[in-house]
Amino acid sequence: MRFEVRETIPQWLPWLAVAGAGIGTMCFAAILIATAGASPLAGFKELFIGAFGSRNAITETGATATPLIFTGLAAAIAFRAKFWNIGAEGQLYAGALAVTYFGTGLIELPSFLMIPFLLIVACVAGGLTLLPMVLLRQFMRVDEVVTTLLTNFVIILLVSYLLDGPWKDPYSLGWPQGAAIIDAGVLPQLVPRSRLHLGFAIAVISAIIIWLVQSRTVFGFSGKAVGLNQSAARHAGIPVTKTIICIGLLSGGMAGLAGASETIGLKGYLTLDLSPGFGYTGIAVAMLGNLHPIGVIFAAIFIAIIYVGADAMSRAIDVPTYLADVIVATTVLAVLIGLVLVRYRVVMRG
Amino acid sequence: MIFDFLEVLVNAGFWAATIRIACPLLLATLGELMCERAGVLNLGIEGIMSIGAMVGWTAVYMGADLSTGVMAAALIGAAFGLVHAGFTVYLGASQHVTGIGITLFASSIGYFAFRLLLPSSTTPPKITAFQPIDIPVLSDLPFLGEAFFQHTAFTYLAFLAVPFVLWLMNRTPFGLAVKVAGENPMALEAQGIDVLGVRTLAVIIGSALMALGGAYLTMSAFDAFYFGMVNGRGWIAVALVIFASWRPSKALLGALLFAGLDAYQVRAQQLAGAIVPYQFFLMMPYLLSIVAMVVAAKSTRYPKALLTPFRRGERH
Amino acid sequence: MSPLLEVSNIRKSFGSLHANRDISFTVNAGEVLAILGENGAGKTTLMNIIFGHYLADEGTVQCAGRELRRGDPRAAIDAGIGMVHQHFTLAENLTVLENTLIGTQSLWRPMLSTGDARRKLFTLADQFGLEINPDGYVNQMSVGEKQRLEILKTLFNDCRLLILDEPTASLTPQESNGLFKSIRKMVSSGLGVIIISHKLNEIIKISDRIIVLRAGETVGSVRTADANKRQLGEMIVGQKISRPVRRSSRMFAPKIELENICTRKSKSQVANLKNIDLTVRGGEIMGVVGVAGNGQQSLAEVLSGHGRPTSGKVIIKGVKALEYTPMSFMEAGVAYIPEDRNNDGIVGDMSVWENAVLTETGNADLVGRMAMVRTSRCRSTAEKICSANDVRFQSINQPARLLSGGNIQKLLIGRWFARAPEIIVACQPSRGLDEGAISGVHRSLLAARSGGAAVVLISEDLDEILALSDNIIVMYDGYGSAAFENRNVDIATLGMMMAGDGFHAV
Repeated sequence: MRFEVRETIPQWLPWLAVAGAGIGTMCFAAILIATAGASPLAGFKELFIGAFGSRNAITETGATATPLIFTGLAAAIAFRAKFWNIGAEGQLYAGALAVTYFGTGLIELPSFLMIPFLLIVACVAGGLTLLPMVLLRQFMRVDEVVTTLLTNFVIILLVSYLLDGPWKDPYSLGWPQGAAIIDAGVLPQLVPRSRLHLGFAIAVISAIIIWLVQSRTVFGFSGKAVGLNQSAARHAGIPVTKTIICIGLLSGGMAGLAGASETIGLKGYLTLDLSPGFGYTGIAVAMLGNLHPIGVIFAAIFIAIIYVGADAMSRAIDVPTYLADVIVATTVLAVLIGLVLVRYRVVMRG
Repeated sequence: MIFDFLEVLVNAGFWAATIRIACPLLLATLGELMCERAGVLNLGIEGIMSIGAMVGWTAVYMGADLSTGVMAAALIGAAFGLVHAGFTVYLGASQHVTGIGITLFASSIGYFAFRLLLPSSTTPPKITAFQPIDIPVLSDLPFLGEAFFQHTAFTYLAFLAVPFVLWLMNRTPFGLAVKVAGENPMALEAQGIDVLGVRTLAVIIGSALMALGGAYLTMSAFDAFYFGMVNGRGWIAVALVIFASWRPSKALLGALLFAGLDAYQVRAQQLAGAIVPYQFFLMMPYLLSIVAMVVAAKSTRYPKALLTPFRRGERH
Repeated sequence: MSPLLEVSNIRKSFGSLHANRDISFTVNAGEVLAILGENGAGKTTLMNIIFGHYLADEGTVQCAGRELRRGDPRAAIDAGIGMVHQHFTLAENLTVLENTLIGTQSLWRPMLSTGDARRKLFTLADQFGLEINPDGYVNQMSVGEKQRLEILKTLFNDCRLLILDEPTASLTPQESNGLFKSIRKMVSSGLGVIIISHKLNEIIKISDRIIVLRAGETVGSVRTADANKRQLGEMIVGQKISRPVRRSSRMFAPKIELENICTRKSKSQVANLKNIDLTVRGGEIMGVVGVAGNGQQSLAEVLSGHGRPTSGKVIIKGVKALEYTPMSFMEAGVAYIPEDRNNDGIVGDMSVWENAVLTETGNADLVGRMAMVRTSRCRSTAEKICSANDVRFQSINQPARLLSGGNIQKLLIGRWFARAPEIIVACQPSRGLDEGAISGVHRSLLAARSGGAAVVLISEDLDEILALSDNIIVMYDGYGSAAFENRNVDIATLGMMMAGDGFHAV
C-alpha cells in the first residue's frame, strides 16, 4: 500500500472527507457508549432529543454554537495562513475582560452605540493579545503554538486575580465574579425567555463577512498566497508580515468576540468558568469546517449538538459527559486522516 | 526582608523541592527532545502526560504494584506515540494539528475512562505512592542528605533518564540514525535505513518518557489523580527543549533551573503573599517559558528536517 | 561471466508523465558508462530505480547475475552498488566519520564502534586520492569535500558499482579534473562507474561507453571512441534546437549600482558579501559566476530588496535606495527570478491564473472598489501572459504545481516581464530545464537586454554565462572580482578565480 499524489482535487472532495470524518467520529462514539455499558442507539436518541427535542433544547444548542462559531473562525482564519493560534481561550478571556472593564459603568451610551462599542473593544483586546505572538513568530522565529498556549494560562490567572480582588462584584456573596454589565450593553434575546441571544446572529454575519473578505478582496488573495507559500508570496511583492499581522489581529479579534458575546449575551457578567474550553474546541470546529467560514457555522452547530446532547445523554443513560470532549478530539484526528486522503490517493499495489 | 529571600537558598527543603519539581519536566523534556531530534514535533505531550498520570495511578489503584504502574504508564505513552507517528510520519499530516488533536484526545479519553472506572468520588481516592528511600550514610548527611538523598525511587529513575538518553543518542547506531532522520532523512534513505521506522521508534520512546513524566505526578509527587493536573507542564517542556538547544545535558540544566525558580517562587509567595497576589507567582512558570523561548530563538541548532514529512519514492 | 549490472526493460511513470520507457543496458567491471540526456530525460529516475529509491512499474535490475529486491536501497548497497546523489545525502550537523557510519552497523547494537571505521576511511582516502578529515563537521566543508565524502561513503560500503549523478554540477573545472582522476583510479582497481550528465564535453573525456536518453527512452548507445560530438548533440535533443545568439547591442546609463556593499554574516555556511562594487547598465547582461555558496545568493537578495546590506549603497537609476523591501524595489523597476522556482516562485496550490497575477496586488487595473479583486480582468491578463510566453496548461484554473518545470519558469518570467522591468536579476534561470525551455529563457533575457533593461545573470553554468553575458564578474567567499569583458575571458583563468585565485587572502 502506498500514497500517490492526486493530480487534480475535485471541489467536493474535501467536503466529502469532512463529512466522512464526522461519521467516523460518531461510529467511534458508539463504541465508547457501548463500552460504558449503554446501548449506542439509545445513547444517540437521547443525544438528539437533548439537542433538538424541545424549543428549549434548540435554543440551547444555538446558544452553545455562538461562541464556537467565533472561536472556530479564530482558528480557521489563522490556520488558513498556517499561523497556529492555539490561544483562542486566552483571547476569549481578553475580550471578556475588555467588555467587563468598559461595560460595567465606566462608559454609558445608548444601547445601539453601547453594544457595537463593546464588541469593538473586545475584538481589539483579543487581537492585541495575539499580536505579540505574531510579532515574535515573524521577527524572531519563536514558535507560536507554544507561546499562544502558555499565554492562555497567564490570562486565566490574570482573570482569577481580577475576580478575586479588584474587579470582584461586592454583591456576589463571595463568588469570584465580575460586576454586572449595564443594561444598555446586554445583547437582546433572539427568542424570548431563552438563552439564545443576538450574539448568534452576529457570529453568523461575521462568518459571512470573513468569507467575502477571503474570497473577494486583495487581502484575502494575499492571505491565501501567504498561507500556501510564504516565500513565494514575499518574492511576488506581497507584504507578508503585514498580511500575517492583519490575519493575527482578525483571528484574535474573533476569539475576543466569543468572550464578549458570552459575557454580554449569555451570562451578563464575567466569571472564571465563562468558557469550558471553547478556545480549544474552536480548533475542532475549524478543522471540521474545512477552514471555510461558512463551513465553520455548520461545524459549530454540529459540535454544539454534541455538547448539549451529550449532557442530556449522560443524565439519561449514565455515560460520563467527557464523551463530548472525546468526540470533539476525535473529530480533529478524523479530519486529518480525511485531508490526507484528499491530497493523496491510496494505491493498493507494489 | 531581603535576608529572608536569600535564606531560602540555604534551606535543604528548597533543594529537595527543586529536585521533585524537576522530575516530571525532565522526563517530558527528554521525551520531546527524542521526538524532535528525529524530526517530529510532538505537541501531544500535554495529553500524553495526562493519560500517563491517569493510567499509572489507576493501575496501582486497581491493585497492581508500583513498578507495574510505571510500566503501564510507559506503555500507554508508547501507544499514543505510535498513534502520533502514524499520523505525522506515515500519513504526513500536519504535526502541529495532530499534536493538538492527540492532546485533546488523550486527555479527554483519559478523563472518560477515569470516570467510567471510578464513577462516584466525592473525595479523590488515594494510592500508596513511591516513598523516599533511605540510603545508608548519604541520607544521613547534614543538609545534603535532606536535599538530595531522601527521594523516591521514581525520582532517581527520572534522573537516570539523562544518561540513558545521552547514551542512546550519542553512543548507539540507533541514536545516530535518529539524529540523521531529523537533519536530512535522505541521508538515511540513501544508506538503506527505513526513515519512517526510525522516526516512529524515536517518537514511541519519547512519548513513553513523557507519559512517565505524567505518572511521576500521580505516583511520586502526589498520590491522587486530578483533572487538569498536568497544567501546562507539557507545553513548558516543549519550551525547555528549545531552551536546551536540543541537547540532553542542557535539558537537565534547563529542567533544574526551571524547577529551582518554581520552588523558589512557592517560598517567595509565602514570604510576600501578603503584598503580591498568588496568581502572579503562578504565572511565573508560563512567562518564564516564553522568555526562555525568546532567548533561545536565535539558535540555529534546530533539527533541519523538523516538521517536514518524508515520503519514499516521491519526486523531490 | 555475467556483467556487473544488468538493467532490463525498466518502465516508470509519475501520474501522466512517462519518466522511463523500456530501458535496458549493462555495465561491466572496469568501465565508465555515461548516461547522457537533457534535464527531464529520465536519467535520475532511472538511477533512483536501480538504487531502490523508486519502485519501477516494470522491469528488473540484476547485479552480478542476481536480481535485486525492488525498492530497497539496502539490497542495492549489499549487492555492491553505491550512489552519489546530485543533492548530497549528508547530515550537516554531524562529522565526516559519523556520516560514514550511517547504516553500516545494526541499529540494535548497544555501542557504535568507530576505531576500525576510522582506519578504513584513512586507507580508502589514501588509495583513491580523496583527502578528508574524519572529525571535521560537514557544514564546514566545501562542495568538493562533501562530494569526496559521498564517494568515500560508497567505497566504505565496499561498493563495486558507483553511480554519480551530475557530479560536476557545482564544481570548478579544476575540481572536476581531480574527480576524474579519482574515477580513473577506481576503474583501474576494477570498479564499474555510471556517470550521469548533460555536459557533452566531460562525458567524452571520462567515459568508455555512452547511452543517450530522451523523453524517457533510450535513443542511442555508442562507444565513446566512435562517438561524434555533433551527432550526440542531436541525439540528446531530438530535433535541432538552437540557442539564441547574443549580438552586440547599445549600452545605456547605469540602471543599478552597488557601492561597497557588505552584508551580515549569515548563520548558514554561505559567504556574506564583502565590499562589493558593481555597476550594470541598461542593455547589458552582467554574468556572475562562482561555486555555489560564495555569496551569489546574498548578492541577488541585495539587488532585489530581499536583503539589507550592513553598509554600502544601492543606487537604482541614480537614486539611492532607502527602503530594502521587495515591494519598493519592484516599484523601482526590479524583477527577480529566484533560483528555487517551486518554493520561491510559484504558489503550487494556487491556480495558474492566480500565480500569473500574484505580483499585481497593487495594480489599479486589476483591483476594484473596496479592494475587491476583479477576477475576470485578472484571468484575461493571465491568459495574455501565458499565450505571449508559450506557457502550456490544460486549464488556467489548474494548480500551478502541475505545470512542468519549463512552463513554471516561462510563467514566472512572463509575469515579471509583463511589468516591463528595467532591472532583471535572474538566478540559475535555466537550471533543470530541457533544451526547448532553456532557449526560450535565453531569448527572453536577450530580448530584455535589447529593450534596454539591465540584466544580472547569476549562474553556475559557465556555458550559459559565456553565451549570454556582455561582462562577467567572479565571486569567491563573498568578494567580487572586477568586471571583465566576455571576449577577453579564458575558461582556465575563470576556473582558477572560482577556486579563489586572485582574491585577497582572508
